Amino acid sequence: MTVPPSAPDTSDTPAAPRTTALDATHRALGAAMTDFAGWEMPLRYGSEREEHRAVREAAGLFDLSHMGEITVTGPAAGELLDFALVGHLSAVRTGRARYTMICDADGGIMDDLIVYRLAEQEYVVVANASNAQAVLDALRERQAGFDAEVRDDRDAYALLAVQGPAAAGILARVTDADLDGLKYYAGLPGTVAGVEALIARTGYTGEDGFELFVAPGDAAALWTALTAAGAADGLVPCGLSCRDTLRLEAGMPLYGHELTRDTTPFDAGLGRVVKFEKPGDFVGRTALEAAARRAEESAPRVLVGLVAEGRRVPRAGYRVVSADGATIGTVTSGAPSPTLGRPIAMAFVDGAFAAPATAEESGVGVDIRGARESHQVVALPFYKRAR
Amino acid sequence: MSNPQQLRYSKEHEWLSPATDGVATVGITAHAADALGDVVYVELPAVGAAVTAGETCGELESTKSVSDLYSPVTGEITEVNQDVVDDPALVNSAPFEGGWLFKVRLDSEPADLLSADEYTAFTAG
Repeated sequence: MTVPPSAPDTSDTPAAPRTTALDATHRALGAAMTDFAGWEMPLRYGSEREEHRAVREAAGLFDLSHMGEITVTGPAAGELLDFALVGHLSAVRTGRARYTMICDADGGIMDDLIVYRLAEQEYVVVANASNAQAVLDALRERQAGFDAEVRDDRDAYALLAVQGPAAAGILARVTDADLDGLKYYAGLPGTVAGVEALIARTGYTGEDGFELFVAPGDAAALWTALTAAGAADGLVPCGLSCRDTLRLEAGMPLYGHELTRDTTPFDAGLGRVVKFEKPGDFVGRTALEAAARRAEESAPRVLVGLVAEGRRVPRAGYRVVSADGATIGTVTSGAPSPTLGRPIAMAFVDGAFAAPATAEESGVGVDIRGARESHQVVALPFYKRAR
Repeated sequence: MSNPQQLRYSKEHEWLSPATDGVATVGITAHAADALGDVVYVELPAVGAAVTAGETCGELESTKSVSDLYSPVTGEITEVNQDVVDDPALVNSAPFEGGWLFKVRLDSEPADLLSADEYTAFTAG
């Protein structure tokens, strides 16, 4: 068999991968590291399936310091974001957050974002590591004429996440912040284990959980404190491998897979993030209005869930095929699902094949390296936590 | 996990046991299992199938990827490990023991397999 190299091949890259403030912590824990968007990140510490299960049943601790933070301040900060992004950010109340996107003039998705409003005139935009520079450049370009400042804060924050049903109880042991009053997609400044943090109730796992933005110099101490606070509840360190299977089960899109520059939010089934009713123009408005009409008249392709009948795994890029073997779509993400115990995938398929159906009813299959494997079509998400 | 001295190794990360009555056991190494992460599905050749040294004879699915399984030797499959088909995690937990994959009746002795020390050096590089 062929195995990936034990260390990332950096011979072709101009700069060595960046490391987070928790690099020594990960190595001491014996993490398998991987190069992700120019960052050396923990892939897993032991079994990624055990890490996945811990997040579903107890709690997991993640280092997400590769995410890119951009601060926008000033009297017109909200108006700038209304113009630059597809959401209505000036309407977000202080202390709340929004999932949104930044599009190009053609309506293509440049990145998906979480934007926190920290104060009347202060927002933090959190971009994917691979897109952070492009988002920063676009915000600076779109800033012209607005009384607002765009600040690169990528080096100002480390980001830790505590995710899982036990997350709130664990965090409550190390903070006096009002976690009960902190709703999903809200964030407030507070102190966690003696460390100043922005405490946000957000995540990418389909579970309750928190993301903690702290100064890089405080990250290791906070990691240690959270590990100790969560030990009795089964909290374990978690890498990017289980983060991917957790978000896939939760039906959450990943940039570069479900979301690309060639995709509008409407094509991705996420048209609801585009707020046409907001005041003023915004980048991509005309193209997105056309995309919205197209999606309403005849959705060219629809993002669906697939559940394999067999045990072979549909992977990103594989063809989705009809009963007669015609190509009807493409898999965007696929993995063995620890929770369902079967392989699952997200795929864009022709509208005619998008309704939930058994493999017998729909005849939908995936071409897995030359062999057609039957798949059930399901509505997303695959997994929804009990509330 | 150290590589057992009595086994021989391919550069594709399979191991081969000493033959008993012309039949040897094949598995993947701990190094390979670690690199794959959790193995969730193994597809093995059928009993009676002919396999050729250096050619694919099955596949291993893990969370992140699928990998081809190569036969380190030429011969005929005499047995596959049903335990590992039922519980692929054995590849990770016991790659050199309960996680063995198949047994093969050797047609010929392969010349280019590595000793444990050579394989350890190969994977350290």
